[in-house]
Amino acid sequence: MPDLGIEVLFKGKNMLRLLGGLWTALRISLIAVVISIPLGILLGVLMTKKNRMLHAILRVYLEFIRIMPQMVLLFLVYFGTTRSFGWDLSGEVASIIVFVLWGTAEMSDLVRGALISIPKHQYESCEALGLSRTQTYLYVIIPQTIRRLIPLSINLITRMIKTTTLVLMIGVVEVLKVAQQIIEANRMNSPNAAFGIYLTIFLLYFLACWPISLLARHLEKKWR
Amino acid sequence: MSLDFGLNWDVIAQYIPLYQKAAILTVKLGVLGVLFAVLIGLVCALVQYYKIPVLKQITAVYIELSRNTPLLVQLFFIYYGLPKIGLKISASVCGVVGLAFLGGSYMAEAFRSGLEAVEPIQTESAYSLGMNRAQTFRYVILPQAMSVSVPAFVANVIFLLKETSVFSAVSLMDLMFTAKDLIGLYYKTTEALFLLVVFYLIILLPVSILGSIVERRIRRAGFGD
Amino acid sequence: MGEPVLHIEHITKKYEDHTVLNDVNLTVHQGEVIVIIGPSGCGKSTLLRCINALEPIQGGEIRLEDKKIEAGSKELAAIRQKIGMVFQSYELFPHLTVLDNILLAPMKVQKRSREEVKKEALTLLDRVGLKDRADSYPRQLSGGQKQRVAIVRALCMHPEILLFDEVTAALDPEMVREVLDVMLDLASQGRTMLIVTHEMSFAKAVADRVIFLDGGKIAEEATPKEFFEHPKTERAKQFLNMFTFEDAKTQNTENE
Repeated sequence: MPDLGIEVLFKGKNMLRLLGGLWTALRISLIAVVISIPLGILLGVLMTKKNRMLHAILRVYLEFIRIMPQMVLLFLVYFGTTRSFGWDLSGEVASIIVFVLWGTAEMSDLVRGALISIPKHQYESCEALGLSRTQTYLYVIIPQTIRRLIPLSINLITRMIKTTTLVLMIGVVEVLKVAQQIIEANRMNSPNAAFGIYLTIFLLYFLACWPISLLARHLEKKWR
Repeated sequence: MSLDFGLNWDVIAQYIPLYQKAAILTVKLGVLGVLFAVLIGLVCALVQYYKIPVLKQITAVYIELSRNTPLLVQLFFIYYGLPKIGLKISASVCGVVGLAFLGGSYMAEAFRSGLEAVEPIQTESAYSLGMNRAQTFRYVILPQAMSVSVPAFVANVIFLLKETSVFSAVSLMDLMFTAKDLIGLYYKTTEALFLLVVFYLIILLPVSILGSIVERRIRRAGFGD
Repeated sequence: MGEPVLHIEHITKKYEDHTVLNDVNLTVHQGEVIVIIGPSGCGKSTLLRCINALEPIQGGEIRLEDKKIEAGSKELAAIRQKIGMVFQSYELFPHLTVLDNILLAPMKVQKRSREEVKKEALTLLDRVGLKDRADSYPRQLSGGQKQRVAIVRALCMHPEILLFDEVTAALDPEMVREVLDVMLDLASQGRTMLIVTHEMSFAKAVADRVIFLDGGKIAEEATPKEFFEHPKTERAKQFLNMFTFEDAKTQNTENE
């Protein structure tokens, strides 16, 4: 039977190396998510304020980040900063910067959406009940917003995880890069390893993202 | 620190044809991928909506696999993995297949939520007028579902066009590939990046603007309420 | 009374082990107006839905003239054309204008020409006072207007029998009258109608026969005069009592 890369995986530390590569990508996503969520909440709230100037600036930032492919953003930060500022960012730092910029933009849009989706009546009935502004936000608006936001933010995590595969393209040694190295090293004794190894990575990503998606869907249903 | 935003316009003029060629490739593969994604999405959405046994389970598995894995990994598997079991395809076909595999599930979700937004009693109302299943679908469900699906559909098209930026990983000479080449070989970083952004804007901005016009028009026509 | 049109024989309808309709028998004659009343959950709407085969039945038989009505049968679409149904929530098609809502089924299902149906539609719209709204979209109409359009839509299929499922229940009080007037007008034209409603004075005015449904069974069947003035069963008496109010203040003083 031709070896389809399964044997290679169990040779030496190959599987561990692969998982290590996956962890590199996941670590970038997690750091980016942890920074993006609070920043995104802040920006999202600012977006609902009626300051024209602030609005215009945030809008340009959001639209640019959201319309550009993340690959382009990675190139801009990784290659562009070296050229323009003389910074020599490592691939990993450049990635984190890009994914924070992107995650913040996405998150702020989710927050803005959740905030404006709260019907005006909710504010009015709070007023009618004599709640103060702080009380209104604390007991009525924020709890409802959070319920809408949590499933969406969880989805953002899976999107982040999927998108961080791109860091391969600016030289970060993540799971696909490790796979290439393993395949290359075993080119002679196991020429078909690419099949099994890439399939494994496909499944690893699925196993990382699927439970998160299920959780998001579950919460969405529960809180609708 | 050398703040060098100065662009060399001669260099830019010289590179424009390269980018044009790459952009055409990106758009061509992107449009094809989107078209196939729409087809796959429609079939899956109908299967899910009409709860066709067996096919419903198969499409559900496909949707989960496709939505929970990155395009880059899908492409690597298709381009480098599949030939090892005898399925060899060219880089451009691989790009289209990958984009369709990814996009199909996103389109399916967009269409399905549109279909599900049409109240079941609308169907009953059509039945009570003597319409059969096909007529009900064609004249009552589909038009309403489509208008609900439009925003998600537009978002998916933009998402998929953006995703084409990973095609260079399977050695397709797209915009990213061109930019990387110019940076790596000739150190024309500023010009290369400038053109990269400009060309992606040329491709994506019209779609985005058109999308929001259509969306606004539908919302204004807003026959939903 | 005219020939019998609709036969409902011993029908049973169950949701899992909950019986909604239990051995219901009813024959509707040509030109007859039957009002079905009863407490909520008694199965009256379900009965109408079964007649249009929107719900499968577990026992018994429903026939329109000599054609059996059953969910999944090939002739169902053809039979449904002869049964017009108006829903509580109007169910106009939101993406079509008033006129196109009315024209859709006659043109696509009965393959009639646009001009012919349009002429008829406009005449009927005129009759319900909505001729000038033909090009409006449903969302531009009030609830009462929507419901009148829904009635016209059903009429344009030339049904032999009309089913009305609590058609005024979702309307603001001031719009109830305009819809009921249209139905009274239809009754006076000799249409065969089956009406589920909570409007008791309307029921009294329009019905040839009142059916009181309770717990999935026909508990009482009588002329409106008999039923409203001398209900026979205790349940019917209780039910009718819910529609009369005692003067709260007088009662209080009496209690003191």
